[in-house]
Amino acid sequence: MITVVLPSQLRELTGGVGSVALEDGGATVGQALQALRARHPAVYDRVCTEGREVRPHVNVFVDREDIRWSGGLETPVAEGSEVVILPSVSGG
Amino acid sequence: MPDAPKGIQGNAGDIVLMVGTTKGAFLFRDDGSGSGWTQDGPHFPGEEVYAMALDQRGGGRRLWAAPGSAFFGTTLRRSDDLGASWSGKDERPVRFSEDAGLSVARIWQIMPGRANEPERMYLGVEPTCLFESGDGGDSWAAVQGFLAHEHREKWTPGNGGLCMHTILPDPGSRERILVAFSTGGVYRTDDGGASWRPRNVGVRAEYQPDKYPEFGQCVHKVVHHPDRPERLFLQNHWGLYRSDDWGEHWQDIANGVPSDFGFAMAIHPREPDTVYIVPLESDGFRCTPEGRLRVYRTRDAGASWHPLTEGLPQEDALETVLRDGMDTADTGGGGVYFGTRSGKVYASADGGDSWALVRDGLPPVVCVKAEVLA
Repeated sequence: MITVVLPSQLRELTGGVGSVALEDGGATVGQALQALRARHPAVYDRVCTEGREVRPHVNVFVDREDIRWSGGLETPVAEGSEVVILPSVSGG
Repeated sequence: MPDAPKGIQGNAGDIVLMVGTTKGAFLFRDDGSGSGWTQDGPHFPGEEVYAMALDQRGGGRRLWAAPGSAFFGTTLRRSDDLGASWSGKDERPVRFSEDAGLSVARIWQIMPGRANEPERMYLGVEPTCLFESGDGGDSWAAVQGFLAHEHREKWTPGNGGLCMHTILPDPGSRERILVAFSTGGVYRTDDGGASWRPRNVGVRAEYQPDKYPEFGQCVHKVVHHPDRPERLFLQNHWGLYRSDDWGEHWQDIANGVPSDFGFAMAIHPREPDTVYIVPLESDGFRCTPEGRLRVYRTRDAGASWHPLTEGLPQEDALETVLRDGMDTADTGGGGVYFGTRSGKVYASADGGDSWALVRDGLPPVVCVKAEVLA
C-alpha cells in the first residue's frame, strides 16, 4: 500500500481527508498519481497539468526525497512508501 | 484571514462592481440610496482573479469568477446568490485535452454569449485559446479551429503572458466572433470558429522590424457597442485605432492624447462613439504621465480625446490601469469604473465628468466589471 499525503489546500476536495491509501499505487510516482486520479480526479487536476506533469510550483516527495532529484515521475515507489504533496515556497 | 464574505443582497437597479485582484475578488454594490458602496470580500483570498462576469441572460443572476492559485492552477467558479456561496473547486475544470500539448495557465476573460443564446458562453485563456460552452458552463471545450491555427507556433507571450483578453461575438451573427490576444493581434471567424483570419491591417507592431505584419501585434484591448458592432476601438501596445468594418482595416485615432500607450479601454453603455482610456507614459514606464491620473474620453469616435480629471488625483499619482481594469454600466447617467495596480477603485456616475474613490487599499486590481442588476 502507498499513502499519498495531501496539503491542507486540497483537502476540501477530499471531504477533509488528508491522506489517501492506495492499495494498487503502481511502481512509480507517475503511476501512483494516476491511481490517485482514479479516486480523486479534482485533486489530480490541481497537482498535475494537462500534460501529466507536476505543476511547477508543486513539490512531490517520496519518503522525504524531492522527486525532482530522484527521477521525476519515474521515481520508484514501494510497498509502504509515503508520497507527500506540498506547495512550494514560491508566491507573492 | 479576513471574515468569510457573505455575498451582496441586490435588488433590481443596484449597481454591482466585480473587482478582481491578485489576492482575491471583491464585490461592491450601490443601491442608489446615497449611502455609498457596500463591500463584500475578499472572495478566494490569496488567489488571483483575472476574470469575472455577471450573466443575467434568461432572467438569472449568475456570477462567474476564475480564481487562480500560484500552486494549483486556475478554476472556474459560479455563484447563483451573488457571492453568498460558490460552486466547488472541482466543479468546472477547464483544461485542454491531454494531447493538445498545452496547459491552461490562467483564465483572462469570461464572456457570456449572445442574448438569444443564453446557454452559450466563452472563455479566453492563456496560452491563448478560445473555449466554448453550449450548456451554460457545465462543460467546456477549446475551439478546435483556433487551437489548431497554423500561426500558433509564432504567437509569443507579452509581459502578461500569451493571453486572450478580448472576445466579441457579433450580436447579429452566430458565425462571427472577433478575438484579440497579446501577442498575435486581432483574429476573426466568420464560420462559427472553424477558421480564423488575422485582422490587423493598419495596426502597428512597434517592437518588430516589420512595423505592419499580418499578425504579431500586441493588442491590449478591443471594445465595441452592441448597437454598432462593426465599429471597433483598439488600444494597442503603442497605438489607438478604430475600425468601421469589423477589423478589416484600422485607422489611427490617437488625436490629442498624451500617449497612445495604455491597456484599459471601455465603451459608453449608450453612446457607440464614446470611449474611455487611461493613457500611460510608455512601455518603459507604465504609469500615468506627469503623475496625473487622467481618464481620456472621446465622444466622436476618436476624432478628439479630452482628459477627465475632476475627483482624480493630479499630483503624485503614478498609477496603472490594466487591460481589464475598466468597465461601464448602463446606469442611466453613464457609470464608468476603473481600478489601479495600487489598489484603488474609482467610479463615475456621470459618464466620466466627475469621479469618486470607491475603495483604496486593495491588492493590485487586475479586473473590473460592472453591471446593473436586472
